[in-house]
Amino acid sequence: MSTPYAKLPGWADYGLIPLINLLVAFVVAGFVVLLVGENPFRAAVILVEGAFGRGQGIAFTLFYATTFIFTGLSVAVAVHCGLFNIGTEGQAYIGGLGVAVVCLVFDSVTPWWITFPIAIVASAVMGALWALIPAYLQAKRGSHIVITTIMFNFIAASTMVFFLVGALKPAGSQAPQTRNFLEGGQLPKLNWIIELFGAKIRSAPFNVSFLLALLMAWLVWLLIWRTKLGYEMRTYGHSPKAAKYAGISETRIIIIAMMISGALAGMMALNPTMGDQHNVAIDFVSGAGYVGIAVALMGRSHPVGIVLAAILFGALYQGGAELAFEMPAISRDMIVIIQGLVILFAGALEHMFRPYIQVLFASVSPKSMGMAAAKGGGG
Amino acid sequence: MAEAAIELIGINKSFGAVQANRDINLEVARGTIHGIVGENGAGKSTLMSILYGFYQADSGEIRVNGKPATIKTSNDAITAGIGMVHQHFMLVDNFTVLENVILGAESNALLKSSIAKARSELIRLEREYGLQVNPDALIEELPVGLQQRVEILKALYRGAEILILDEPTGVLTPAEADHLFRILGQLKEQGKTIVLITHKLREIMAITDSVSVMRQGTIVATRETKKTTVEELAELMVGRRVLLRVEKDAMQAEGVKLSVKNLTVKDLRGVTMVDDVSFDVRAGEIVGIAGVAGNGQSELLEAISGIRKAVSGSVTLDGKPIDLTGAADPGELRERGLAHVPEDRHHVGLVLAFEENENSILGYQDDEQYLKGPFLNIDAIQKDARDKIEKYDIRPANCRLKTANFSGGNQQKIVLAREIEQDPGVLIVGQPTRGVDVGAIEFIHKRLIAMRDAGKAVLLVSVELDEIRSLSDRILVMFAGRIVGERGSDTTEGELGLLMAGVEHKEAAE
Repeated sequence: MSTPYAKLPGWADYGLIPLINLLVAFVVAGFVVLLVGENPFRAAVILVEGAFGRGQGIAFTLFYATTFIFTGLSVAVAVHCGLFNIGTEGQAYIGGLGVAVVCLVFDSVTPWWITFPIAIVASAVMGALWALIPAYLQAKRGSHIVITTIMFNFIAASTMVFFLVGALKPAGSQAPQTRNFLEGGQLPKLNWIIELFGAKIRSAPFNVSFLLALLMAWLVWLLIWRTKLGYEMRTYGHSPKAAKYAGISETRIIIIAMMISGALAGMMALNPTMGDQHNVAIDFVSGAGYVGIAVALMGRSHPVGIVLAAILFGALYQGGAELAFEMPAISRDMIVIIQGLVILFAGALEHMFRPYIQVLFASVSPKSMGMAAAKGGGG
Repeated sequence: MAEAAIELIGINKSFGAVQANRDINLEVARGTIHGIVGENGAGKSTLMSILYGFYQADSGEIRVNGKPATIKTSNDAITAGIGMVHQHFMLVDNFTVLENVILGAESNALLKSSIAKARSELIRLEREYGLQVNPDALIEELPVGLQQRVEILKALYRGAEILILDEPTGVLTPAEADHLFRILGQLKEQGKTIVLITHKLREIMAITDSVSVMRQGTIVATRETKKTTVEELAELMVGRRVLLRVEKDAMQAEGVKLSVKNLTVKDLRGVTMVDDVSFDVRAGEIVGIAGVAGNGQSELLEAISGIRKAVSGSVTLDGKPIDLTGAADPGELRERGLAHVPEDRHHVGLVLAFEENENSILGYQDDEQYLKGPFLNIDAIQKDARDKIEKYDIRPANCRLKTANFSGGNQQKIVLAREIEQDPGVLIVGQPTRGVDVGAIEFIHKRLIAMRDAGKAVLLVSVELDEIRSLSDRILVMFAGRIVGERGSDTTEGELGLLMAGVEHKEAAE
């Protein structure tokens, strides 16, 4: 049998199906809200208003989204090469080490626009090197990348604790974090962009690393679909045998893809450290790497989809915080449940409604599915 | 005419907007062998899957022995007396024959009584139909022909009166196929009804009583086998006249292009798959390697094309050595003018998820004409793909279409166009027409002959004896990893069949 169902038009594939999945996730989440005795409709309104209602909310949503764009891109690049990089969390964390060293050394010397590029390179290099070891083990020894990257997340966490309670901690301080960065290590805010539209913002950490994230999204698109390297990565990702046939070195492509993935993860560290807290603190990644997996899954590993999915998850973070504040019955954990449902329906059960929609499309307008010329499905 | 064992009335089946079966009416008389032929994608398998309960028809009626039957699962089909022998066997390799036969038909939770019952039943079936198999042998130790016999026994044990066989001879040697046909003949004499799905027209002519031809989801004709010819059936299948025999001029072979000496290849478990093989391929000739699937041909091709490392041996291309035991990789060989059409186009020769134009550079992605620095030169790639689509009549003529949406024949044309248009000195081809429709086979054969006539060296591996015989200038037969004989293109099928079965090889060993 060849494919029993033909292709959907692009807008349905990338727009309609995710939308339906999202709606179903919210409906189920609504029942959970009902279960704890709150009004799901009011909860939905609070959530959406909290994320997008005011300038303050939008800025926070985009701040969170910035983080998720980096981690989502990181996961997606590896996925295109057929690799499941669970290590984004650890690579981002170690990326923070690069940021810390650069900022602590340069913040008193150089302005932010010089520190920033150096920190970008440092965080990317650290993230890439952290991904290199599992990549090498996979390529040369066949150690499964999922297992090794998970283990490396724990090693990364311990390593960072070692530095943050030791060498990086100012003498006499009780907190496991670096000293606060001076002005040369602080990124300018972008809140003025939102204020252009008339919104008022008290203070929000939305900063220039958002622009870096968008730039990276474009570069990833360019890499995957427009370069020879991306072509080779996709070939290996779809069929390692075809890659071998095409003369693509397995070792080389795995290592390069993982290092790019790690570099993108490492850059995530810039946003919460230089952009927001102005220090590198313990556990600053706090699960963003894992959210990146959901973001990549939901964004279908396409940069545009990832940016949109990152904004969605940013909105869930921000709106969820508001919700927990407004409705005492709904705790922080409820938000995690809602996020989990979104991941479940938009990611894991992505194909649940697809067959029905395809049948619907096929019966409504067979031509739109580009099947006029295709041959029969039986064989 | 005898009473109908199976009647299909107005069967329709769609997958999405694709209508795989359209208004099928079919009647198979009891105690006959009925053939169903058709190109890939004509809907044969879908139709049989409906009959066996894997799919359900959107509309239409199935009657078994004159009574309407509802077949929703394969259990319903078995109850109705329908048994199926699949193209890919559904056997548990590390179970014995007996255990496989009772699998799913155990009479209670304890196996002892089932096994005893099955043993006596097997002995009876053996006597009745000449289906000898040792009931205590492990499946993995049996040759393919016997494994197939177990599949037939499984169906008969479940009381099948109607047997469906899906491409049963694809994995058999000619001798094994003959044996199968004798068994089918005996089953027919005992009053069983047999439906044979195949794309080999000669088999249809040899053993069926009647034959239906399917094209694009419909049955276009049903004939009594005695009153039809291979040519007529082929024409009905394709919808136009087809040249079944390839026309070619006398060979004009010159110097040796590819020389293989004492090549030995092992698989991952360390089993020797290619054993001390030596041969030459000269410019302007097609050398065919015949053999039953699994006798080392695949490994030989993979080793020569650099995909699989060889253990020992030497290979020279244009007189210069290739280090196949070490660092040779397919990319380097391609640069040196060795093109490879792999056996498995779905996983090796193509990336089905890619657009057609992306596949048209697979393996040649380092070629400067497709690149602009580190970037792909999309315009050049697509123009190149469009040229090939036109030249090779690839349909649909859309280089942006996903490769999975092309038919088998067109996918193979994409691979061939890519490899041939690079103008290689040596072309190695594995199973060029497997799963390819008759119309495309003709085209592909002509292309291979044209390569030969242009003075290229062509090495062809195929399990289709007809193909080997009609294309090759010299034929090498592989058995158990060795080349057991060389024949000219005028050799008989019987002679090749004996070599393929290892007869001469065994005699030499004794």
